[in-house]
Amino acid sequence: MSKTIVPFGPQHPVFPEPLHFKLTVEDEIITEVFPALGFVHRGLEGLAIRQDFQQMIQVVERVCGICSMIHAMCYCQGIEELMEVEIPPRAKMLRIIWSELHRMQSHLLWLGLFADSFGFESLFMQFWKIRERVLDMNEATTGNRVIVSVNVIGGVRRDLDDQQMKWILSNLAWVEEEMGRLETTLLSDYTVKKRTVGKGVLVKEKAFELGTAGPTARASGLAQDMRMLGYAAFDQLDFEPVVQTDGDCFARSKVRFQEVLQSIDLIRQAIAKISQGEICIKVKGKPEGETFTRVEQPRGELFYYIKANGSKHLERLRIRTPTFANIPALLSILPGMWLSDVPVVVLSIDPCISCTER
Amino acid sequence: MFKMTPNVIRNLFRKKATRRYPREVRPTFENARGALFNDIAKCTFCGICAIKCPSQCITVDKKTSMWVYDLFACVFCGICVEICPAKSLHQQSKYRLPLPERETITMKGEPKQKSEKTKKIPKERNHDSKD
Amino acid sequence: MLHDVTCVSREALVGEVAKIKVQGYRFVTLSCVERNEENFDIFYHFDKNLSLKHFKISITRGLSVPSISPVYFAAFLVENEIQDLFGITFEGLVVDYERTLYLEPEIRSTPFCRYTVTETPGVGKAAVVESSTEDP
Repeated sequence: MSKTIVPFGPQHPVFPEPLHFKLTVEDEIITEVFPALGFVHRGLEGLAIRQDFQQMIQVVERVCGICSMIHAMCYCQGIEELMEVEIPPRAKMLRIIWSELHRMQSHLLWLGLFADSFGFESLFMQFWKIRERVLDMNEATTGNRVIVSVNVIGGVRRDLDDQQMKWILSNLAWVEEEMGRLETTLLSDYTVKKRTVGKGVLVKEKAFELGTAGPTARASGLAQDMRMLGYAAFDQLDFEPVVQTDGDCFARSKVRFQEVLQSIDLIRQAIAKISQGEICIKVKGKPEGETFTRVEQPRGELFYYIKANGSKHLERLRIRTPTFANIPALLSILPGMWLSDVPVVVLSIDPCISCTER
Repeated sequence: MFKMTPNVIRNLFRKKATRRYPREVRPTFENARGALFNDIAKCTFCGICAIKCPSQCITVDKKTSMWVYDLFACVFCGICVEICPAKSLHQQSKYRLPLPERETITMKGEPKQKSEKTKKIPKERNHDSKD
Repeated sequence: MLHDVTCVSREALVGEVAKIKVQGYRFVTLSCVERNEENFDIFYHFDKNLSLKHFKISITRGLSVPSISPVYFAAFLVENEIQDLFGITFEGLVVDYERTLYLEPEIRSTPFCRYTVTETPGVGKAAVVESSTEDP
């Protein structure tokens, strides 16, 4: 039994962002894990004292390069709560449509990377082909593919007319059909199951104790989803969180696959229930006070603490992203595994390190 | 076992799913936010775009009537286009092409007389805040 | 707005957190706010059934805070981050990076603090405001 220390990361073909682990390995089985972060720390929370609170929307969108609209939505919700502003119902539904499109795009990115992590490159390409259609929908309606900049304090900047909504619905039908075709390939393939079933098991009690969030927790049986809070018109939509009980990598990929289909259903409901009206109200004045807001990001629960003192700069903006909560869970899953399973397991929590280190 | 094989065989006989870029370029969508242009004849050099820009890429000098725009710092968010009172800024739907060197665009306009219209706009804003 | 914020003292912190763990609350995060030259506020956030509960402690600069990572293991990461960015020391951390999580080992300043304390020989410690509030 000889001990070796293997540095894993920060550059690794399977990671979208740099993350470093020092793995202590005894004969290919991992005994200890020591994570190291800080490769992309930009100190964006510190910019809040320099940019005024309206310019901060653009800064906050750039915290994450995959789920940017949801950060902006959470920030705008927090400031609207501080300034006691009620946005119009049409703006709430439009925010839901774009955030669910964002969720689909993020999960499709992850599904492609997950397939690539065990070498299934052609499935990776197929998932990203579907993702391109979702990004086209983003670009045609908002102006940009990922960093969409549609949120402002008081509503949204762009509107959807009926023709665009019909076009979105026809594209969603295409996406659903393509996902149906790939479902048997991802979820019933013998090789995929051999690489993912039973690996990286996280039991429900451990998931709760370590404070995990998002699909990582929902795959272990915890039915927690911040969309049940009912922010931004989610209380008008029919919605149940997707839960699996096994807690391994296969369960996490099943949860994310089904969430894509659930997002399609939510967008259809939102388009059917959207009301006519204005999309933005003019907001005057400066925020004052402190508030906590939570929103469901594709990776889990996003938590914002905003403190303002009546001037145009915020006093403190604190962002806690879900990957920050899921990394301690990795420290309990990894010991006892084979070294060759590490890339698949680390990717299965969906690490978004630019979010984690802001 | 051979679940992907029908897909592979179908793809062999279909045309390519990818575009032969740069020979074939996809036409952009109408609403896309691309390169920024300023119609200097209409610009009043009020400086609001410079104040509101999140990345501080615009510098406006009223006295010399200069409008300087840093191409590489701009994030194409479109806020300056929305708040410009003279409606001189607009965005094309085509994105800015890559350049070999860092560039700034400097535009010089005619020194303008302050018209009645530009003087009134700040007053209207004060009225709105009472609502 | 109504938020469930309870102020606790520094000594009673770990006891209160252990009680809340037995009641079945999930750990969310910590937030640190610099109030003025002397004081920091640290908020502890917990969640049960989609409702949040917060604890708040006020500490003066230079004092250390008892760590809650023996009770909630997941807190070690965010306590290390606060150590790096604000310069507050936590006692009893389960995994201690000693201010190298985000920063290089030779950096002594605290990036997120507006006030830094400098020591001039012969004069003693004096608080200096960092010029970080420049208007664009």
